[in-house]
Amino acid sequence: MARFKFYGEGIPDVDLESLSGRLIVLEGPDSVGRSTQLALVRDWLESRGHAVSYTGLSRSELTQQGLDQAKSGHTLGRKTMSLFYATDFADRLENQIIPALRAGYYVLSDRYFYSVCARDIVRGADREWLEGVYGIALVPDLTLYLRAEAEDIVPRALYGKGFNYWEAGMDLALGDNLYDSFLAYQARVIEQLDRMAEGYNFVTIDASREPQEIFTDLQNTITPILPKELGAELEV
Amino acid sequence: MNLEQEQRDHGSGVLIVVEGIDGSGKSTQIHLLHRWLVSEGYRVFFSEWNSSELVKGTTKLGKKRKALTPTTFSLIHSTDFADRTEHQIIPALKAGAIVLADRYVYTAFARDVARGVSPKWVRNLYEFSVKPDLAFYFRVPLEVSLDRILTGRAMLKYYEAGMDLGLSRDINESFKIFQERIMNQYDSMVDEFGLTVIDGTRSIEEQQAQMRRIVAGHLKNHDDIYGPGRKE
Repeated sequence: MARFKFYGEGIPDVDLESLSGRLIVLEGPDSVGRSTQLALVRDWLESRGHAVSYTGLSRSELTQQGLDQAKSGHTLGRKTMSLFYATDFADRLENQIIPALRAGYYVLSDRYFYSVCARDIVRGADREWLEGVYGIALVPDLTLYLRAEAEDIVPRALYGKGFNYWEAGMDLALGDNLYDSFLAYQARVIEQLDRMAEGYNFVTIDASREPQEIFTDLQNTITPILPKELGAELEV
Repeated sequence: MNLEQEQRDHGSGVLIVVEGIDGSGKSTQIHLLHRWLVSEGYRVFFSEWNSSELVKGTTKLGKKRKALTPTTFSLIHSTDFADRTEHQIIPALKAGAIVLADRYVYTAFARDVARGVSPKWVRNLYEFSVKPDLAFYFRVPLEVSLDRILTGRAMLKYYEAGMDLGLSRDINESFKIFQERIMNQYDSMVDEFGLTVIDGTRSIEEQQAQMRRIVAGHLKNHDDIYGPGRKE
């Protein structure tokens, strides 16, 4: 029996039986430290002998230019934005994730469609409609949710790339400056991710702690889905 | 207010769409209808399938590189449609215009399902669309449309001919098989969506006269409810 299944209607002509890899998703708000953790997880999995394929949310080759242009002009309607991102996700799923799974890779996905949905819902999109659209998605083996409060991620955002118009949800007019808007917007996104954590069986990990502590938690959560015999073989 | 609520209240505008396979004559007919409505003094707004400036570049890139799967083909066209709905169709309807659309959601339902996409999934994708007041389906036998297309134009395009589906290595042959699948989808949608069928084998003038009668009848009823607000 196939290990993988789709959330809904799925993608035509994909043979689920042929997917032998593992799909591990790391979710969480902007600037929560996902890339740091992903790099650690990647090294660790490779050291155990697994081939790892890494994929990030933005952007697929197909949509990168179009999305960047659209976002720089702030002329993107909400349905248009939802569907543009869905196109981006589908392209990544079909051209990166599925081929890697077929080749037996461990696919580490920096976010999945959950974040995109959370942002869309904050902007008034209908939950059921989105569930229908993302019925094309594969159910991951594991979704690790790095959870933090909006206040926790402010310093990282500030000392990192600085606040960005979209990450601060400025199009929603939640505050009259980037800082207030960022806090209010991120809190709403986190609220939506919390709601999804139940419905989509996320493993929630407290990301307000030190990176090493977080990584230990990630390792403990991932270990049970790894094949046990391989570790032993490599020891020999 | 979200889009779903908004569309129930799209003002006093009227949305008229034409559908049919390539070579069915629908574009000719909507052009003639457009001329007539303008000469009658109506405010008319015309929207064409796959024409959003915002999305165009991405669609072009995908087609050029042959990088689109049935799913991404479907999604990119729905993105284009969403942009036109949000930025053209809804505002024009709110402003009380008659909006004419050459191809509408039924094109996506027909083509995408012919490509193997789930009918249920693609219908959900377009749930935000405004329901047309009138949807004309120009029905012609496959041989007639093929004859019009294959003699009238030298080159078929890759996706237009359904070459991505591997139906045949010969582009003309692939086009025929693909068009037949699309036509079957259209036929099955007549009852589902209450499409008004026009016999595309009749003369251009006869078809146009029939279309104008139906549109005039609809506009008269509409004026009784909303008052004659669309004329210049």
